[in-house]
Amino acid sequence: MSDSGASSVFEGPNSHIGRSLSRASARRTVAGRGRYTDDITLPRTVHAAFVRSPYAHARILKIDTADAEAMPGVVLVMTGAELAERSTGPWIGTLSCFEGMKSAPQYAMAVDRACWQGEPVVMVVAERRALAEDACEQIVIDWEVISPTAEAETALDAGTPVLHPDLGDNLAFTKTIDRGTVDDAFASADIVLEESFSFGRHTAVSLEPRALLADYDPGTERLTIHTSNQVPHMIQAVFARTLGVPEHNVRVIAPDVGGSFGLKIHTFGDEVAATAASIELGRPVKFIADRLESFVSDIHAREHQISARIAVSKAGDIQALEIDDLAGVGAYSAYPRTSVFEANQVLNITAGPYKFENYRAKTTVVYLNKVPTSQYRSVGHPIGISVGEHMVDRAAETLGMDPVEFRRRNVMPDDAYPGVAPSGVPVNDLSHEACLEKLIGLMDYEGLLREQAALRKQGVYRGIGIAGFIKGTAPGPQGYYGSGGAPIASQDACTVKLEPSGGVICTVGVTDQGQGVDTVMGQIAATALGIPLDQIRVIEGDTDAVPYGGGTYASRATAIGGEAVYQASCDLRREILTMAGILLQSDAETLDIVGGNVVTAGSGEIRVPLSEIGRIGHFQLGELPNDYQPTLSATRRFRLTELPYIFTNGIHGAYVEVDTDTGFLRLLKHWVVEDCGRLINPNLADEQVRGGCVQGLGGALYEHCLYDENAQLLNGSMADYLTPMAAEMPDIEVAHVETPTSESELGAKGAGESGTGAAPGVVMCAVNNALRPFGAAVTAQPMTPEVVLRTLGKI
Amino acid sequence: MKAPKMTYARADSVAQALALLAEHGDGANVLAGGQSLMPTLNMRLSKPDLLIDINRLEDLAGISVEDDAVRIGALTRHAAVQRSPIVAEHLPLIAEAMPHVAHVAVRNRGTFGGSIALADPAAELPACILALGATITVESVRGRRDIAAADFFKGLFETERQPDELLIEIRIPCQRPGTVHAFMELSRRQGDFAIAGVACAAETDGETVTDAKLVYFASEDRPTLAANAVAAIAGKVWSDESRSAAMAALSEDLDPMDNLQGSAAFKLHLQRVLTGRVLDQAIERARAA
Ligand SMILES: Cc1cc2nc3c(=O)[nH]c(=O)nc-3n(C[C@H](O)[C@H](O)[C@H](O)COP(=O)(O)OP(=O)(O)OC[C@H]3O[C@@H](n4cnc5c(N)ncnc54)[C@H](O)[C@@H]3O)c2cc1C
Repeated sequence: MSDSGASSVFEGPNSHIGRSLSRASARRTVAGRGRYTDDITLPRTVHAAFVRSPYAHARILKIDTADAEAMPGVVLVMTGAELAERSTGPWIGTLSCFEGMKSAPQYAMAVDRACWQGEPVVMVVAERRALAEDACEQIVIDWEVISPTAEAETALDAGTPVLHPDLGDNLAFTKTIDRGTVDDAFASADIVLEESFSFGRHTAVSLEPRALLADYDPGTERLTIHTSNQVPHMIQAVFARTLGVPEHNVRVIAPDVGGSFGLKIHTFGDEVAATAASIELGRPVKFIADRLESFVSDIHAREHQISARIAVSKAGDIQALEIDDLAGVGAYSAYPRTSVFEANQVLNITAGPYKFENYRAKTTVVYLNKVPTSQYRSVGHPIGISVGEHMVDRAAETLGMDPVEFRRRNVMPDDAYPGVAPSGVPVNDLSHEACLEKLIGLMDYEGLLREQAALRKQGVYRGIGIAGFIKGTAPGPQGYYGSGGAPIASQDACTVKLEPSGGVICTVGVTDQGQGVDTVMGQIAATALGIPLDQIRVIEGDTDAVPYGGGTYASRATAIGGEAVYQASCDLRREILTMAGILLQSDAETLDIVGGNVVTAGSGEIRVPLSEIGRIGHFQLGELPNDYQPTLSATRRFRLTELPYIFTNGIHGAYVEVDTDTGFLRLLKHWVVEDCGRLINPNLADEQVRGGCVQGLGGALYEHCLYDENAQLLNGSMADYLTPMAAEMPDIEVAHVETPTSESELGAKGAGESGTGAAPGVVMCAVNNALRPFGAAVTAQPMTPEVVLRTLGKI
Repeated sequence: MKAPKMTYARADSVAQALALLAEHGDGANVLAGGQSLMPTLNMRLSKPDLLIDINRLEDLAGISVEDDAVRIGALTRHAAVQRSPIVAEHLPLIAEAMPHVAHVAVRNRGTFGGSIALADPAAELPACILALGATITVESVRGRRDIAAADFFKGLFETERQPDELLIEIRIPCQRPGTVHAFMELSRRQGDFAIAGVACAAETDGETVTDAKLVYFASEDRPTLAANAVAAIAGKVWSDESRSAAMAALSEDLDPMDNLQGSAAFKLHLQRVLTGRVLDQAIERARAA
């Protein structure tokens, strides 16, 4: 619980909380001194490349590797069947928390059948990557093509091929949330509005692709895996179990990571295969996914179709909402996090800001012969927020009410917590009202309305969008990965140690992917300990060095890992003060630590520097009483106890211009008001929001994995798959409301993903606001010019 | 994504490059700025036996005015063309198109001749030189020859240049007084290849377009002159009716194909919109002149 004592620490003169420090790694990486997985080359390293299935669905009749094996420089050729013999068994990507969910056993590489275009089939390991690619071209596979299942709409039809006959049908999962009396509410509603939506598939496109360097040492029987990853301990557990190496003999190191966005929390067969090769060869094996294979092997996301209806009263109150979601995941449910979390989140968060009780949400998740989908930044939120906010706008429009006025009337009041969202998920410490009012001021809503009206007379169509949201961050143990059966920690931990020099080593289970997690952890530790930042070194991303933890995903690093750092640092501070009290023959209560020195509380008079405590504590223990043995280190863990998630909230505003002749959109301006609880580093939080928005805008406008009827990916390169670029992005103004979470003393909530969650919805609202004079509404993402023109009936 | 094995030769003279081309013909690829060639090599979409690097052939780079025409050497970088005062003065159409050709980094390496030799159907420069009636000079050990732009572009990435010929220079007539230019394209993102585009060089008399070259790119397999659209407006005072007539006639000039960038109907629609806009701008400029 937040108490005044803790708050004062954060606001005091010693505090680094709320300070916009730049990322510890910024200067180094900009100077080209980053050290990514591919920058590490060990002696005797060899390189893996893969033959991937050219078909979405095909049986493997015969594989001829003879020519490839005979090529100079080739050290190993391994088929899927051979890899299966070296593995403990296939994965099954289900979790017990998803009742009734099913998925077929999946091998790291296809054994007798490939189920998506791009599935790895044969691995070649050679002295150089180019040689491995040459050898891949010499491998001959006899295929028998099987008709693929390419469309979610027909995946459950009787005539559609069943991907995995043992499952009986193509259904992965279905779930319905039904709260209140939905049917009655619709039957007696004043107004009922319906709409259908579609959301295209897209993928993460991290700047640094997936990368792994596995190094098995037969002498020590230790396996070291350097990998561009967010979750070292999960990789340790999954790879150890799959390849039969004791977990404690596996060390996973995540060096600098060049973007990850959820992509790098999953298990990928090619990475397991390369690791198996290292064990087989007893030498380091490197695998760097190239851009082309990334498109057909990185997890994809989204691909949902939703029909929705909303009931509202004439007075302007939401009475009920119903959504029916169909999600097309890939050929297998991703292991170990599954491919159904996204659909589950859509059900949880749709219309999350609003205070109505009749809510029904159903999802049907089906398998397709496509790249497996799974968690990608802001899982499910872009979909749920787009749907919910569009329906709210339609209701307001039908009633002739201003969309802001409608939201004012319907959002959960700021004094209503703890409470539940319409889906029933518990929410606490939210601030929809405060955020809405702040946004209206920030964007000068009235001024925009005037400008919009004036320009319309000149044939210029601008639209104003508003989209509020709730965002699930920092999941706890309840009904989550770990309790669902996956080797994924929902707690995170920190060990802080005082070194003889007076410096502090802070090791954390959460990881940094360039967002500045290490900087933030340092700020928290420095604040709690009362020492200057440059006296702290934060170590992350090495299972040999850091305490066990879940890693960084689901906007959990600061909310979960940060609290562990705070608690551990408070413990160490108490120990230092106790020891200082003994040395100074003073009551520890009368002492404080300021600027790296033990001082007299209140007056600030310097009593002893921490270097002295460190020196005595490590080298001169004889100066201490015999019955006193300081450890000068502390380890603390943190997990949520009350809530399944720390839900955050916020609201976006967007101003766009639609060229109604060409269908092209111009994003003129974007505003965000975010409540991520206590702000540790405002600048880094803002940058997370901005980067997140850009990623969301990518999905809303550009990014789309286009498949043909044979489930072939048509645009798997950077020439054809459009990512958002700076020139098209609007200026993004970010402001904050700070409502600390009552789950922790630090009070920080997650902030990494919400930009991605709400940006697509707010731009959709803005576009439709612009198109209102035409009586048209775009409900398909990405909102390409062609989609806009079709909506307008111009083509 | 590693290029296949091949032999690399750095030409020190045009003669040497021509000799290598004569010897290897189809099996050789000329490497200019490499901005288009290197990706195709790395993706193993093309596997030449020999790469002939012409980047040291300084003679092939440069911009000058000769006999009412601007001569642009094949190896002139896009960035140099964009910065050239000669181009700004005499070829304002090209000056206006240049910022649409890729991004700064690509323009620093990519060459004018490379764009012409490549003949990407969505590229700006082939359309511009066709609109301006340029002449392309190629050379082989068999000799030099000039090819009119109208004869040069043969199809998708296909040109009149023979495998043993090196593209030497492009000569483009200077814009004459009394003519106006306009250039427009639509691309999804700044610097992308266009999904619709038009280069316009028009002769006007007051509010009347007397003659024009309207060259469309990103629709057909090569830059395409729109004779019917021009016929619909030639000699008429520019008006809402002639705008509509030009837009309507365009379907007789263009027959775009569905592809990843959009459906045929979408692309034709965009070209129609650009037709109206580009001619509006041409007339506007004629008025201002
Ligand atoms: C991200 C990106 C975006 C781009 N966007 C655009 C765009 O919007 N518009 C556009 O027009 N282009 C675009 N390009 C292509 C760019 O303009 C290229 O530079 C140009 O098309 C080719 O020029 P180059 O000098 O790089 O040629 P190279 O890549 O070296 O060669 C291209 C082809 O031309 C041949 N060739 C080159 N020079 C000669 C010569 N002198 N004689 C005979 N054959 C020759 C080569 O053998 C090869 O087949 C883009 C490229 C990239 C990477």
